[in-house]
Amino acid sequence: MATSCTQKHLIRWIQLLLKCTIFLSLTAAAVSSRLFSVIRFESIIHEFDPWFNFRATKYLVNNGFYKFLNWFDDRTWYPLGRVTGGTLYPGLMATSAAVWHGLRKIGLPIDIRNVCVLFAPAFSGVTAWATYHLTSEIKDSGAGLLAAAFIAIAPGYISRSVAGSYDNEAIAITLLMVTFMFWIKAMKTGSIMHSTFAALFYFYMVSAWGGYVFITNLIPLHVFILILMGRYSTRLYSAYSTWYAIGTLASMQIPFVGFLPIRSNDHMAALGVFGLMQVVALGSYVKSQVSWQKFQTVMVVSLVFLLALGISALFALTYFGFIAPWTGRFYSLWDTNYAKIHIPIIASVSEHQPTAWPAFFFDTQFLIWLFPAGVFLLFLDLKDEHVFVIAYSVLCSYFAGVMVRLMLTLTPIICVCAAVAISKLFDVYADFSYFFSSSSAEKPNLSKRDRIMTLVTKLTVCGSFLAYLVLFVHHCTWVTSNAYSSPSVVLPSRNPDGSPALIDDFREAYYWLRMNTAEDAKVASWWDYGYQIGGMADRTTLVDNNTWNNTHIAIVGKAMSSPQEKAYDILKAHDVDYVLVIFGGLIGFSGDDINKFLWMVRISEGIWPDEIKERDYFTPSGEYRMDAQASQTMKDSLLYKLSYHRFPTLFNGVEGIDRLRGQNIRQVDIGNLDYFEEVFTSENWIVRLYKLKELDAMGRDLHTKGEFDRGSSRGIKKRVAKKPLLDVRV
Amino acid sequence: MVPKTTPKKADVASSASKFSDTISASYKAYCKQVSGDRQLQLIDTFCAFLVAVGVIQFLFVCAAKDSFPLNAFLAGFSACVGQFVLLVSLRMQVVNSFMGISPQRAFGEFVLASLVLHFLCLHFVN
Repeated sequence: MATSCTQKHLIRWIQLLLKCTIFLSLTAAAVSSRLFSVIRFESIIHEFDPWFNFRATKYLVNNGFYKFLNWFDDRTWYPLGRVTGGTLYPGLMATSAAVWHGLRKIGLPIDIRNVCVLFAPAFSGVTAWATYHLTSEIKDSGAGLLAAAFIAIAPGYISRSVAGSYDNEAIAITLLMVTFMFWIKAMKTGSIMHSTFAALFYFYMVSAWGGYVFITNLIPLHVFILILMGRYSTRLYSAYSTWYAIGTLASMQIPFVGFLPIRSNDHMAALGVFGLMQVVALGSYVKSQVSWQKFQTVMVVSLVFLLALGISALFALTYFGFIAPWTGRFYSLWDTNYAKIHIPIIASVSEHQPTAWPAFFFDTQFLIWLFPAGVFLLFLDLKDEHVFVIAYSVLCSYFAGVMVRLMLTLTPIICVCAAVAISKLFDVYADFSYFFSSSSAEKPNLSKRDRIMTLVTKLTVCGSFLAYLVLFVHHCTWVTSNAYSSPSVVLPSRNPDGSPALIDDFREAYYWLRMNTAEDAKVASWWDYGYQIGGMADRTTLVDNNTWNNTHIAIVGKAMSSPQEKAYDILKAHDVDYVLVIFGGLIGFSGDDINKFLWMVRISEGIWPDEIKERDYFTPSGEYRMDAQASQTMKDSLLYKLSYHRFPTLFNGVEGIDRLRGQNIRQVDIGNLDYFEEVFTSENWIVRLYKLKELDAMGRDLHTKGEFDRGSSRGIKKRVAKKPLLDVRV
Repeated sequence: MVPKTTPKKADVASSASKFSDTISASYKAYCKQVSGDRQLQLIDTFCAFLVAVGVIQFLFVCAAKDSFPLNAFLAGFSACVGQFVLLVSLRMQVVNSFMGISPQRAFGEFVLASLVLHFLCLHFVN
């Protein structure tokens, strides 16, 4: 007896040790595969939104939390400004500031930039831990470990959490998984404490990402389905009521969310289910006291009555304006064409586009075909918590199909389901204990042939799945290193001899802005670059990636698509000093302003349909061209002129070759730039900066002045530009 | 027309009687459950008190026709609602404790959740 007891203890210790080792190595794998970008490039903040988060974090660290919440930012959205403190989700910044302070306290003063850069990889370890616990609740700890391993390296999650990708999603997925983990625990046990933790992490999630609405609707949906399935229990009541009461109250503490939880339709489902829960609780109490037949009538009558009352109240409240109707982003989830027609600004964001099918395989590899198998297996023994996973899978599969960025929320559940499928498979096929059992009593009477065949089958299945797992690791590493580790601020490229090189035009230009312009200079650019200009160049911008004011963006769009004299007036009226355009025609950089031009036209057409017409920017045959066939409106537009100004001089002075679009650009079409003056063009011509010319001292309009100057300066040698040798390799 | 309406009337009458039957039966069962159990009596009195306070707040807002410091009203109201559901959850566990959670632990959890709730309310009420 004593020996078996110590043996059990020993086994438990070994299990614990193994688990710890596995977790440590998982975290190491998760963190190290996210460090490609730091090793290839440097410790730098990526892309667009992270630059704002970084800037906000710096503000928080320098000014303290109180000032941060009251932050009015007058350096963006000039001249409106932005109530930044009240319009952001502070969770991310608060967490990294806390980390920064904590590290300082223990004597590790680290640059805030490094905290921000390494933030996402650090949290991926926590995500793996939460996924482990979630999956353990759903199946067992074996499946949990597999799920944790999958989520640690699945490219679908890495895409938003590589080092330097300092975005809200980096922390939000972690919080999503932790919240769900606590919810499943609470739902299973009915424990008020777990439920409170679920609510607190829900609060954290609300403070970190707008996607919290997903939780707000998924948990009530889960509860609702359970009630419909007749699985109401007092545990469910206790878990959900506690979560909703505390979670909702907590979510209203975030300034940006405010009273939305009781005002907007997005949150009404949760409230409705909360009400329903109370009714069901009462009903089930009554039901336990009287006969079923009596109860049936009572139930049907009161249900119909309540339903009618609830729905009519919802409509009435929405109608009278007490509850805000569904938001545009919500509609665009159901009707994929909605955004294109009504809100071009949402449709113009590339991550709001529908997902291409190969992306699913690219992001999750063999997990994507195990995913349905896992869901099916969960259907087989449909426990309460399985219903949750199924609801999550179905909803998120749809959402991920509609919007590329929601692939991120689908990935965790793919990992969980695939882990369930694989671990079920291994439960059956990796069970070799039967061959080692010594007692002959347990052995059924099988012929030797059968036994060998069983062994072969088991080995084949296990072997092939192990091979798949190895392939998966290779795929993940490959995808991470090739597709998701580019900061997009610095572009990888090659020298003519094939050696790697970096294209650093963005930072070159932003640094130029920082060092050579007045501190209060206003820079107009398309909104994509607003955050970067604010973060790297520290100059005032007209519009940025926050996109809260469509009209303001349309103004910039209108300026870009108008002829230069008109654009000059618009920009002057907004106090603009510099105009920044991104031009990829020389080097073949595809994300340039001309490729985004149609969105500028569309957005401004939405506000000024009389002045800007999308059709005018196409050739008569409906093509989008920049060469001789381009329409006159296109050739006159400011963006065309700013992009191609001086471009042909790189070639023969008459005609330049736009490598991105493969078209010949003629000097005749570009014409002269009278109202703007080129002040800076980066090495590979990706960023071009123009200054608005001062009004003429003699009172002539700038075009006349330009004509005059050109007449008087004939024969003076122009600056010779040299073509760079680099190529983009993206 | 007459033969059509009579069964409906009878139906209504019978369902009304069913209603009253059900309610009286549940009420009786409730009285039986509560009598002699001080814990449940205490919890239920507290629940009734919370409902009363919540209703008073709501009526006040209706009477004043203005919910100006909406956060204050919401904090007060949701303190009542939140405490109410917490109490009901506790009551369920007192009557029939959940698997793996002893009544003592349930009470501890209840206290923890109430503290969190009231901290949030205090923060919200300004």
